[in-house]
Amino acid sequence: MNDIAIRVEKLSKQYSIGTSKYRNDTLRDQLADGLKYLFRRNRQPRQCEESFWALKDVSFEIKQGEIVGIIGHNGAGKSTLLKILSRITEPTVGVGEIYGRVGSLLEVGTGFHPDLTGRENIYLNGAIIGMKKDEIRRCFDSIVAFAEIDKFVDMPVKRYSSGMYVRLGFSVAAHLEPEILLVDEVLSVGDAAFQKKCLGKIDDAAKGGRTVIFISHNMTAINSLCKRVIWVNSGEIVEDGPSTEIVTRYLAKSVKGMDLCEEVWDDVGGAPGNDMVRFHSVRVRRQDGRLSDPLTMQTPFQVEVECWNLVPGARLHITLHLYTTEGVIAFTTASLNGNHPMPAGLFRSVCSFPGDLLNSGPHRFVVLVVKDASSVIYSHESRVSFDILDVRERQGAYFGREPGVVQPVLKWTTEYLGEDQELKPLVRNVRQAF
Amino acid sequence: MELAAGYALRKPSVVIQPRKGLFQLDLRSVWQYRELLYFLVWRDVIVRYKQTAIGAAWAILQPLITMLIFTLIFGRLAKIPSDGIPYPVFAFAALLPWSYFAQALTRSSNSVVGSSNLVTKIYFPRLLIPLSASVAPVVDLFFSFLVLLGLMAWFKTSPTWGLLALPLFLGLAIMTALAVGLWSSALNVRYRDVGHIVPFLSQVWMYASPVAYPISMVPEKWRLLYSLNPMVGVIEGFRWALLGKEHPDFMAMAVSSAVVFVLLVGGIVYFKRMERTFADII
Repeated sequence: MNDIAIRVEKLSKQYSIGTSKYRNDTLRDQLADGLKYLFRRNRQPRQCEESFWALKDVSFEIKQGEIVGIIGHNGAGKSTLLKILSRITEPTVGVGEIYGRVGSLLEVGTGFHPDLTGRENIYLNGAIIGMKKDEIRRCFDSIVAFAEIDKFVDMPVKRYSSGMYVRLGFSVAAHLEPEILLVDEVLSVGDAAFQKKCLGKIDDAAKGGRTVIFISHNMTAINSLCKRVIWVNSGEIVEDGPSTEIVTRYLAKSVKGMDLCEEVWDDVGGAPGNDMVRFHSVRVRRQDGRLSDPLTMQTPFQVEVECWNLVPGARLHITLHLYTTEGVIAFTTASLNGNHPMPAGLFRSVCSFPGDLLNSGPHRFVVLVVKDASSVIYSHESRVSFDILDVRERQGAYFGREPGVVQPVLKWTTEYLGEDQELKPLVRNVRQAF
Repeated sequence: MELAAGYALRKPSVVIQPRKGLFQLDLRSVWQYRELLYFLVWRDVIVRYKQTAIGAAWAILQPLITMLIFTLIFGRLAKIPSDGIPYPVFAFAALLPWSYFAQALTRSSNSVVGSSNLVTKIYFPRLLIPLSASVAPVVDLFFSFLVLLGLMAWFKTSPTWGLLALPLFLGLAIMTALAVGLWSSALNVRYRDVGHIVPFLSQVWMYASPVAYPISMVPEKWRLLYSLNPMVGVIEGFRWALLGKEHPDFMAMAVSSAVVFVLLVGGIVYFKRMERTFADII
């Protein structure tokens, strides 16, 4: 499908930040001000109000059936862009062309009135977001079922729990079948089950050939649902292209992937340690040399520890205790090297962590120096911590963090072994299944 | 460049650009959204009657009690003439459109500001908001009308053929409410004290309209100025249609209706112009 769904050219939106002295909020003040202006001796021009551009020269084209994610830090102008495309606010400069019916999901439950029942609110909300009366009537049962409020549909909405409220609001919106769907972070409201439902619906819409524009801070969802991403920063488009690369670059810029990548003590006297060993440095770095990019779950990296051995002939090795977000110890690993005696001087141990092993989240570690493979002579809690980011593509509809201290990628095989006579009566009829 | 067969240049369904000029009124979209207008009116009516036990009765009680007070003070004590019609009926016939107007005015002034959650999140022609606020009180008007019929029967005042003109004046009343409502709702978004001024304005306005007294009491030389009040035409019209008084002041009605028309057009233009900034300043 080569038809365009949305074309935007040099779209810009300016807001004025009036200085409080000249901003008149009441008619009384405005009239008084007007009179004062008339009678003023020297007709000085009013001070110009300060203004700022929430969007500046934004241009792009979105084809029918594309799913585009819009990312950017808070205040970058993403919501403003969606508001303009939804015709809620007008651009100051520029043109937008829309081909098709637009449905906006900027908020869940828009227009719900607390005194009306669920049934009445379904009709009201449906009409507000643009559904025709017969459409609502047709989908009514489906809406109630999706929201799981069958028993409560004739109760005033003010009695609903917040979960029911949000489910109902989303359910009505989900049954709107626009050709172009604009979604703004609605998913940040509600529990994990609700968010899963939302994302599932968006996925369905996308698979159904509809054009979807999706603002979110959930990079996993963006990576999985959107092939294309537009990065907006301070009102301007920074990048517009394939999602995986741009998301990684965006995270590198905004999330401090490596909080503290290294600790170095040049002065041996002041370094942590004792009379047997002194630390020189502790470093975490990527193995591919791209030092400033953040670590993802798939990135292999290494931990380098450099120590001064002060006792010639000592048999020392390094042990790392790795701690996860929750402060739980993930595992320990040691640099056992056959227990050879070592000369006095600086030595370095490097531990290589493969990709696809650790779970996402911040990690820190404790470095221990062990003598004779038995006694710990010094333990150093490193201030180096690193954040592992989750940007994997997901195959299901779950986009949260997997539980677990580690998240290894293991090999699975599944094979069909055959049918059993005893099993036959238990097997469901094809007609009955699903 | 060769175009593939069947390729057609599609026209965009919506073009978004900064609106220029005063007169891009876009009234067709209001018609397209008429179903939403029905739902908004329905919502306003239902919510009003759900809220209180005496909700439905209040629609009738208010003009009834006002009429009693007027009868006592203006009819008995001040002995204001009432064009040969029993004073209670005379007053109530005017209170009918007046109560409707006062309610519509109060509702529309706060309509846009009160719907800020809709204005900032969803698109639909904003004209629907003051429009629904002006149409919803017609239901109350209908109930009061039934009470008026009862009153007329009690005082043995018979209706005249003028009754056929009643729908016309009802339409005029709605237009008047809408005209003033458009201005007050749009102004209230920008200048929030307008919403506070309206109740006071409403009080004063009632005494400036021929509700408690007949228009014949206004001296001739002031009549023209007096007729600039948009409610004059509506009230005279209602009185004439319902009670058939002799020699209704057609001149006053004409002037008043002209003012309503000007206010209405001006109101639509002003509202449409301010509409662009609603989402930004609400």
